[in-house]
Amino acid sequence: MDKVLSNKKVIALYVLPSLLLILGVVYIPIILTGFYGLNKWNGISAMEFIGMENYLALAKDDAFWSSAWHSLLLALFSTLSLVIYLAVAMVLATRIKGANLFRKIYLIPMLLSSVAIAQLWLKIYHPTNGIVNSFLESIGFANPPAWLAETSLVLPALFIPILWQYAGFYILIYYAALKNIPASLEEAAKIDGANALQIAWKIKLPLAMEVIKVTIVLAVVGSLKYFDLIYVMTDGGPNGASEVMASYMYRVAFRAHDFGYGSAIGFFLLIICLVITWVIRKLTATKDTIQYS
Amino acid sequence: MFKKKWTMLLLTSLCLALILGGCGSKGNNGGGTSQGGEGKGGDQVTVSFMHLWPEGVSAGQNKIVNQIITEYQNENPNVKIKQEVLDNEQYKNKLKVLSASNELPDVGVTWAAGFLQPYVEGNLFAPVDDLLSGELNGKFVAGTTEAYNIDGNTYALPLEFNIAPVYYNKAIFEKYNLEVPQTYEQFKQVVKALSDNGVAPIALGNKDRWTGSLWYMYMADRIAGQQTLANAISGSASFKDEGLLKAGAEVQALVDSNAFVKGFNGLSNEEAKSEFLNEKAAMYMMGSWDLPNFTTNEEIPLEFRNSVGFFKFPTIEGGKGDINSWVGGPGVGLFVGENSKVKDEAKKFVEYFVTKWGEQSVTGAGVIPATKVDTSNLDLPQLYIDLFNEMNQASSITLFADVQMPANAAETHLNMIQALFGKAATPEKFSEEHDAAIAKGQ
Repeated sequence: MDKVLSNKKVIALYVLPSLLLILGVVYIPIILTGFYGLNKWNGISAMEFIGMENYLALAKDDAFWSSAWHSLLLALFSTLSLVIYLAVAMVLATRIKGANLFRKIYLIPMLLSSVAIAQLWLKIYHPTNGIVNSFLESIGFANPPAWLAETSLVLPALFIPILWQYAGFYILIYYAALKNIPASLEEAAKIDGANALQIAWKIKLPLAMEVIKVTIVLAVVGSLKYFDLIYVMTDGGPNGASEVMASYMYRVAFRAHDFGYGSAIGFFLLIICLVITWVIRKLTATKDTIQYS
Repeated sequence: MFKKKWTMLLLTSLCLALILGGCGSKGNNGGGTSQGGEGKGGDQVTVSFMHLWPEGVSAGQNKIVNQIITEYQNENPNVKIKQEVLDNEQYKNKLKVLSASNELPDVGVTWAAGFLQPYVEGNLFAPVDDLLSGELNGKFVAGTTEAYNIDGNTYALPLEFNIAPVYYNKAIFEKYNLEVPQTYEQFKQVVKALSDNGVAPIALGNKDRWTGSLWYMYMADRIAGQQTLANAISGSASFKDEGLLKAGAEVQALVDSNAFVKGFNGLSNEEAKSEFLNEKAAMYMMGSWDLPNFTTNEEIPLEFRNSVGFFKFPTIEGGKGDINSWVGGPGVGLFVGENSKVKDEAKKFVEYFVTKWGEQSVTGAGVIPATKVDTSNLDLPQLYIDLFNEMNQASSITLFADVQMPANAAETHLNMIQALFGKAATPEKFSEEHDAAIAKGQ
């Protein structure tokens, strides 16, 4: 058996199915998208090759840059919210009462589909019957705002369900990472007189660093291509105030029948994601990784 | 050892074969829309039919579709109609994806004018003019098939014709001693009275944007006149016309007077409609396709349905439009795929479907068909008859702008509607963007 597995031809054969699959489903479409971006194409009639025109138009498209700005804000917000997730995971990973129950509570949003979450939060934010405004009225705000209809409020109002939606996912990852840290380290620190905060800061955080780096990349890239909740809840509105890059791409390609331009946006999005991933990798690179010993 | 190696190889190639086999057979099922000869009978044909009336959302229409298909299959035992049902938005997306891969169904649903254009240019829809001169000759309401005509050919047969009245809640009007407004001044007084009494005057879900477009178009029609608006949309005149600018300003004045429900720019049409259905808003402008909700839909309390009336958008003093001018247009129509392998059967089915739909949609779903129907012998709700009669007296019909414009300009129009209502754009800016988008012409 071992010999078979060390045979290069056999390895190649094993890799082949998934390689074909990933080529067909991921890489070839990416290349095609880049190519479509070079064409004027409504998705139905014949393509017309126009070179870099779509990509150049992108540079001058205010609506695109405003959507890119919103995506960037979301990425920043998601990265910052990782701190909250990590803090929660740290508390959960200590032996507090009901940790199991809390873990389940945090995980529940992960089990719901984005559309269900969107419907739920649409109800919560409803301008007249929603729980938020009913509460605000009951404590004396005469005229609370319509959260999803105000250009200045809609983005923060959307960020909160997104934070809630992904809490379970990140807390679970952090929880697993923290549980992996040998208890002996913590005990040794305690004997040396370290308090809980010092243990968290000096021992747990460095040891979970590798995982934290991965989650930062996940959060940033996930935010840049974020689509579903925003699409269902506001459709990028009002007046483009909650448009993100992915929803703008969808609008251009499917609503305005401009597949060429939409593909250009998609390809640009890919490049941004790659660049940012690379930058984060560089920024967080450490020469010597800390090991348990 | 040798044996094991070959077992592994065999297993792997088996996996590969399975995967590839799986892909292949899937392709066959998806692509083969028309497999002639399905065993029994030599000339058995399958006609695929994609439509957008799911049971849950459009119960009435869905029932009729199934009835018609069953009848058709009974009359033509060699034909099998294969249905694919999708939700509105999904339907539009799937149609585009199928077009790109040239796998359109034999028969499908399409919208008119601007929506139709790229499909016709891409040579995907078959002309159906031969059907117009056949059994259906003269059966359509004037102006309906024209919307599906591009460069002299008709590419789909319309099923519905819609106009948009203002529905209102008689009970609420009575409670505050309000009269149905005839002029715009009276309308504004009604709005003010309702708003002073803490009732939301108008339910509007402008997240969907075309809903606000209806209001703008009536304003434009009443102030600047139907022709001015039509010219501006077609690009032969400018949206900077004084009357059209005033229409934009008037929309914003209406917003300022709290005429629309709170947060209308963030509410979907469905959410806004529920405000009206729950008697929290007094008025609601919507196409006649919503009539069943106010007449026959059993899920809505009878008491509420009885209290719904409608009125025509009032005339505006000094404006050019008259009260019998409507915003509306043909609804969806049926197309036949140009690449369909069973084109003749598909056309026959379309002809049959349109004929039957005319009669059954009136009684079964309460929608107004695009074909002429004699309603005198039918037992119909009064609201339906009234609206139907109004339609026959219409002096002009202004087609829904977003349907009429090409996709890109329509998208600009809809965005600017939301901006206008949200006061993020002035009427001047609104006009400028329109002119620019229409001049670009795609």
